[in-house]
Parts: sequence; structure tokens; C-alpha cells
Amino acid sequence: MNVYAGAENIITSLGLTTEENIGNILAGRSGIDIDASGTFAPIALPLSKVDHAAVEERFAALPRSGDGNFTALEKMFILSISASLAMSDVDITADDTLIIITSTKGNIDLLDPGMSTIYGKKRVLLHEMAGAIGRYFGNPNPPLVVSNACVSGVLGIVYGERLIRSGRYRNVVVSGGDLMHEFIVSGFLSFQSLSMEPCRPYDSRRDGLTLGEGCATIIFGNNAHMLNNDIPVMVLVGAGSNDANHISGPSRTGEGLYLAIRQAMENACTIAGEIDTISAHGTATDYNDEMEAKAFSTAGLENVPLNSYKGYIGHTLGAAGVIEAAIALQSLRSNMLIRSAGYEEHGVTKNIKVIREPEKKVLATCLKTASGFGGSNAAVIFRKP
Amino acid sequence: MLFITRHILFRQNKVAVDGKLIFSTEGQETYRDFTRKAYRYLGLDYPKFFKMDGLSKLGFLSVEFLLRDTAIGERYSPSKTGIILTNASSSLEVDEKHYDTIRDRKSYFPSPSNFVYTLPNIMAGEAAIRHGLKGENAVFITPAFDPETIAGITGMAFETGSLDCALCGWVEQYGNDFESLLFLVEKKGDEKDHRKSKEDIIFDPLNLTNIYKAEPAWKN
Repeated sequence: MNVYAGAENIITSLGLTTEENIGNILAGRSGIDIDASGTFAPIALPLSKVDHAAVEERFAALPRSGDGNFTALEKMFILSISASLAMSDVDITADDTLIIITSTKGNIDLLDPGMSTIYGKKRVLLHEMAGAIGRYFGNPNPPLVVSNACVSGVLGIVYGERLIRSGRYRNVVVSGGDLMHEFIVSGFLSFQSLSMEPCRPYDSRRDGLTLGEGCATIIFGNNAHMLNNDIPVMVLVGAGSNDANHISGPSRTGEGLYLAIRQAMENACTIAGEIDTISAHGTATDYNDEMEAKAFSTAGLENVPLNSYKGYIGHTLGAAGVIEAAIALQSLRSNMLIRSAGYEEHGVTKNIKVIREPEKKVLATCLKTASGFGGSNAAVIFRKP
Repeated sequence: MLFITRHILFRQNKVAVDGKLIFSTEGQETYRDFTRKAYRYLGLDYPKFFKMDGLSKLGFLSVEFLLRDTAIGERYSPSKTGIILTNASSSLEVDEKHYDTIRDRKSYFPSPSNFVYTLPNIMAGEAAIRHGLKGENAVFITPAFDPETIAGITGMAFETGSLDCALCGWVEQYGNDFESLLFLVEKKGDEKDHRKSKEDIIFDPLNLTNIYKAEPAWKN
């Protein structure tokens, strides 16, 4: 059985639709801006923020927006899923349609007692948030919630694919989202892993990551026609791994990520030579990017054009895997290699091919990877039939 | 076919392995005291344990009891041994702790040692480090113990060929309320398979439910 991926929607600092996001990315615009508002940190620092006023406006125009009291993140999820559904013929109320929600911190803003009074104390729990989203759409199945650090999004795709392949569901709507919040910014500040300038994945001057927020949705199904994309793309069987090395630091050898890539290639009956491009994790921390370079090199992928989208939209945590896979789908469909923003001078020890300039090239197969706290890694392959 | 070859239950300050009580503490104890005693009972020398948040401690101890004397490291490749966990509260307890350190800018002192635990999958990472397990790992948030999700997700990871052995189940903790039920799941052949034991239980949602609901023989 083939499983197809499509009808993708992307909400980031670069816009609320896929078209806006891709248009801005191809024009070389970054959504990262210095935030000196004091809302997220005691200091000014670069962040990639969604225009929540615009989200509010478009959310209010949705037919059932008055059916409940929704949080800022839930509105992004509902807006994103609605946009994807509108592009497809998938029936969200059907028994054989499942919603997968991927997020690290969900409604983290509800830790504030003032906020939890409005929405109820329990709404801070991820399954409560997912339940509210599922009810909005009238989906009969309890949503599956993945919360596995920065690997959540890719894992959501991996499990979505398996749930269709195994015959449990015909369609799976995978939506990943995370909110910008002081909670997250303060934690990364305490780790000293934030750059004071927009992040520069794989560059020699990189000195940390830039946080972002956003939401994206991709619909998976066994019938390509229902997704209404002119150019269908398949998702193949993915895989995950653990470094078994450190809970907050990447492995020095890249072995864990290599194991996930190797397993994903084996599961998908794909060899290194067939991979045309890599949508990598590329956080722009010193150790992460070096670790990835080693893993790609070990996997025989040194010569494959690779990018990180984090120079455009920052690190969107539990949403990252879905947002970046959605951009990668667009890259595959348009046969366009997207420049890795922030990369100028090569800054990792392996000779990986970070994309410097946008380039038209026939692309059939894309590898998407992610790595995160807790030592986890995941990899999944997309391919045009 | 997939079998449960061992299971452990932490409930009400007691630990049962394969339905038999093997460790308990007296009276109304705090969760913290319970974890300390369980650690001592296991005779561990792993100072990192004391740096962990409550959830990771429960995950860690549960895995210790589950894997004791199983020698899975000799039978399975580390890259084919995975950890798939579920829980309801995610890392809420340590989330609140971290939030308390930042809510007031006049006493703003976020600490990396708290923040790193504000993700539920850190418990899987801690267990992976301790036992060198490098296979697929994932954490799902479910409102309650969910046998369909545990069996479905874990089963699919075996079907793809990604795993030969899995530690999976439910690890939930918030304050003094805690419960865990972990299963060691292995792939074996039919009755002729020499690795097959009479005690092996077929890994399916019904058996997971029965194990969860059965009150263990707490009185040994």
C-alpha cells in the first residue's frame, strides 16, 4: 500500500498559509526579528513570532469559531487543520480519520493562574487541548498526542504513516504546534543555547539557536486523489532512535541519528544514492550541527544537498517536524532546492553540501530528520511516485 | 507473535513483578520517600538518580525493576530495543516548578537542571542511557492507561522491522499520586520456539487491560 502526504498548511512568522510561507522563503525573507518587548525575556533577543492578531481574525471567520472558548495555540491548530481540510476531500468526521497532535508544551500559557481561570485548570494538559481540537472538528476518535521533545513532529508523521499502512485508518491528519512563551525562552536562556543574532545553521559563526512558534498540518491517506495535490508525494516507513548518551546534549559521534536514518532507509527500501535532498534539523547550536554532519557522513549522504529551515522560522520545537516536512513537500513538488538561510562559511568538520543558492533540480526523494532533548532522533523519507 | 515476558506495576507504594508483590513501604509516605526506599532496595549506585524529576525517577525505577535479571542486552541489539511510553500529566509537576522560577522578574532564576526535565520523554532518555538502549523511543499523552494505544503503537514498531524488543506502558506521576505499569515485549515464534516460556502472555489490548485491572497478590 502507498501512503500519500499532502494538503499541507503552514503557520509561522512568515505567514498563515503555505503560499505566504513559501513565497517569503523563496524571496529569501526571514521571519526572525529582534524582540525587545520584554514579554518573553528580560533581555532583547531574536525570535520568530506568529502574527496572533491575524490568527484571531481568520479564526473568527471560521464557521464554528463561536462553539467554544479556545486558547491561542488551539486557534492556530484549528486554523491550520481547517485550511488543510479545505484543500482535501477528507471527511474529518469519519470513523476512519484520525487526528494526531504533536507538541512539546501545548497550552503552556495556562500555567498562569489568570489564564487557567478562563479555560479551566485542566486545559494545560496536552490531551485536554487535543480533545478540544478534536471536538471542534467533530472527529469521533480521541486524538493521538505525541510529546517527544523536538522530535515530536517527525514522530507524528512516522506513526501517522504506520496507522494508515496497518489498515487502522484511511486518513490521518497530523498537526504540530507550539507557542512562544516565557517558559520556553527562559529555559533555553538558562541553557545558554540561544543566539543573540538570527541563527546560522552549519555556519562557522553559529553560536546558538533562535526560538520560533508556529503550527502546520499535513494530511496522510491511502488515496492520493483525496489530497488534491497536482503532484502527489508518498511518505515511506520512518524510524526513530535514541543516543543513549546524554539527556540534554547531542551525541558527539552522531551514532543515534545515523541509526534512525539507517533504519528509515532500510524500512523504506531506499539507498543513500536515491536521496536527492535532506531537510535536516540544523538548530545552529555548535554541537547539534556537528553531530548531524557526522551522522549524514556516516550514512553516505555527504554529497546530498541539505538545508535547515530554522534560519527562516527559528526552532518551532514540537511543531518543527511538521512545519519543515510541509516546506520540504513544497520543495519536492516544485523541484526547487531551498537555500539554507544563515549559512555562509562552512562550519562543521564533515563536507556536507549545505544549499547556498536556490536551484531548480529534478527532485524525487527527500529525507527529513530531527533530533532532540532526551537523546531522541527520527527520520522519514518522502518520495514522488 | 508478540509476548509480554515480564511486567511491573507501581501502585500505592507497592511494586509487583508479574503480579507478585516484591517491594512495599509502610503507611502514608510521600512519593519522594517511596522512591528513595525503592532505590535502596534495588541496591543501586547511580547518583544521577537524585537529580531527576519525579516523573523520570518513576520511569527509571520502573525500568530497573522490569529489566532486573532479564539480560535483554545479551539477547537483543541495542538499536533494536525501543522504549514506548504513555502518560497523562506529561511533565506538569516540574513545569510548575520551572514556572515558579520565572513568573516574577524580580526573582527570575530559571535553572537548566529543572528545565531539562520539562519534557515527558526525558524519562525514556534516562532509561535509554542507563541501559544503553538505542532503538526507537516515543512518548504519547493519553488521558488514562490506554491499552489500545500502547499495544497498537508498539505493535506497529515491531511490524516495520524497527524493533525486536520493547519496553512499553504507562508512567504517570504528579505530586504524591503515581502509577506505572510497564511491559517487556518480545517477538517469539510458536510453541516450538525454544525461547517460548509458559508464563509468556500474548501482547494484546485485552491482556493489557486484564493486567491493569487485576489487583496483584499484594500479600505475597
